[in-house]
Amino acid sequence: MSDITKQTLTELVENIKNKKLSSTDVTKAFIERSEKSKELNTYITEDFTSALNKAKKFDQKPNLDLKLPGVPMAVKDLFCTKDVKTTAGSKILNNFVPTYESTVTENIWKEGAILLGKLNCDEFAMGSSNETSFFGSVQNPIDKDLVPGGSSGGSASAVSGQLTPITIGTDTGGSIRQPASFTGTVGLKPTYGSCSRYGIVAFASSLDQAGPMAQNVKDCALLQEVISTYDPKDSTSIDFKRNQYSKELTNNIKGKKIGIPKEYRIDGMPKEIEDLWQKGIQYVKDCGAETIDISLPHTNYALPTYYIVAPAEASSNLARYDGVKYGFRAKGENLIDMYEKTRSEGFGAEVQRRIMIGTYVLSSGYYDAYYLKAQKVRKLIKNDFDEAYKKVDAILTPSTPSSAFKIGEKTNDPVSMYLNDIFTVPVNLAGLPGISIPAGHDSKGYPLGLQIIGKAFDEQNILNIAFAMEEKINFKNKITDWWIK
Amino acid sequence: MSIDLKTIKHISKLSRISVDEKKAEKLAGDLNSIFDFIEKLNELKTDNVEPLTSVAETTLKLRPDEVKSKNIREQIIKNSPQDNEDYFVVPKVIE
Repeated sequence: MSDITKQTLTELVENIKNKKLSSTDVTKAFIERSEKSKELNTYITEDFTSALNKAKKFDQKPNLDLKLPGVPMAVKDLFCTKDVKTTAGSKILNNFVPTYESTVTENIWKEGAILLGKLNCDEFAMGSSNETSFFGSVQNPIDKDLVPGGSSGGSASAVSGQLTPITIGTDTGGSIRQPASFTGTVGLKPTYGSCSRYGIVAFASSLDQAGPMAQNVKDCALLQEVISTYDPKDSTSIDFKRNQYSKELTNNIKGKKIGIPKEYRIDGMPKEIEDLWQKGIQYVKDCGAETIDISLPHTNYALPTYYIVAPAEASSNLARYDGVKYGFRAKGENLIDMYEKTRSEGFGAEVQRRIMIGTYVLSSGYYDAYYLKAQKVRKLIKNDFDEAYKKVDAILTPSTPSSAFKIGEKTNDPVSMYLNDIFTVPVNLAGLPGISIPAGHDSKGYPLGLQIIGKAFDEQNILNIAFAMEEKINFKNKITDWWIK
Repeated sequence: MSIDLKTIKHISKLSRISVDEKKAEKLAGDLNSIFDFIEKLNELKTDNVEPLTSVAETTLKLRPDEVKSKNIREQIIKNSPQDNEDYFVVPKVIE
């Protein structure tokens, strides 16, 4: 029993299919471990009683043809789950119980998985350390008082700490890949339009994508094949032929051309990251791929562009929180006063800051100078990638410019926090898929990740490269269970 | 460029977020450092660049104009902080 939680998703699915384990066995094991792991603060809402009932019901009449038969799974609290509280890490949604289900979670339950609970995240997914959550910061299983990254910090911590076999996060500027890198796990941000945004609490609609976070590449591919569907309920969902990613997974990447962008060699980047990158280059060469030096000349402009586009869209999306239709309401002397107090008391500091930036860049007299300018630069950034993909099949970069940092270390300086996403943000701006895989440790023993960026809709290719590299890297996460008394 | 307290008050009004003096000063500091960082975009000449509004290079799909969600009034009202039968209730707006 005790080693159930150490199994990968693929192993669990196999063991349930072979009737070596029941859904109840597996669900119980993850609930027990989750209950012993409160100090990590990964869960905002636990749904354990209901999970166990569903597992028992599954075992009475198991459908073993499903892709995730009776597998328990916790998800980021940004996905609306019917009749289960969904907070987006915010006080303003602290009492919100959706009457509908997000398409991505619906797809997961349809394949037999069972909801364990809702995982902590930065408020409205705005943050890179999970410290902006109304429900408190999350501990990284790698070390005490270390951030797990963000915004999908609870998700990363829960997979890394083995409280859930796998999970889903969302990625607007790096929110899947950066926490995956900080916790020694695998995180995939799919192509924009691959996974439906229906029922996901909106942050920046032209950038948001849901994606899997897993212990290994194969598990990640399996969940991606479940969650990626065309959905008429999301007007930007794209109808393209989706692969059976896990079945078509191969480590044969011979002859693939992999670009190494010189602009990702930034000033002040720790030598450990540069060394890791060089190792990654050697690994893909060892697998028979060819590396080619490329240039993405507008890389340095991606973060400033992001910090106009994302807050602008957020200020518009978050206008709906007015204390009338749902969520928290503060008392006010009149309607306007009620709106202003509700939003001032209901949103945390980072969210207010971003709404203010967004409102400013969209306001009369500033729209052309900021918002339109950013959209033009976004085009240049996308052109860089289009140009590069004439020569290469994928691009290899570090995932983050540093390893995980201490809780509280960067909270007073928004710009230094934003710099965390320097390697991940361009991918969102161009709408491309990107995957972060654990590739080594720094001198403190903290995990470091490498990112593989693909062409649009070419998830299979970057999963294959990641799969081949994973074999060579043979990464082992150092989890000591320090939080379990 | 510099965002002063008057501008902060103006944005806070547009954003419908109440801001007291102390918070306004903190916000002015934060926003100025963020905009210093954003100003980097001015190094680029973009006169002849088309703005990118969507990365998805498809046209929006059309569908028949049919009602699909019926009888969901109760669901819509369910999470409201204050309601009265089928209506959302807000502070009085007409004297």
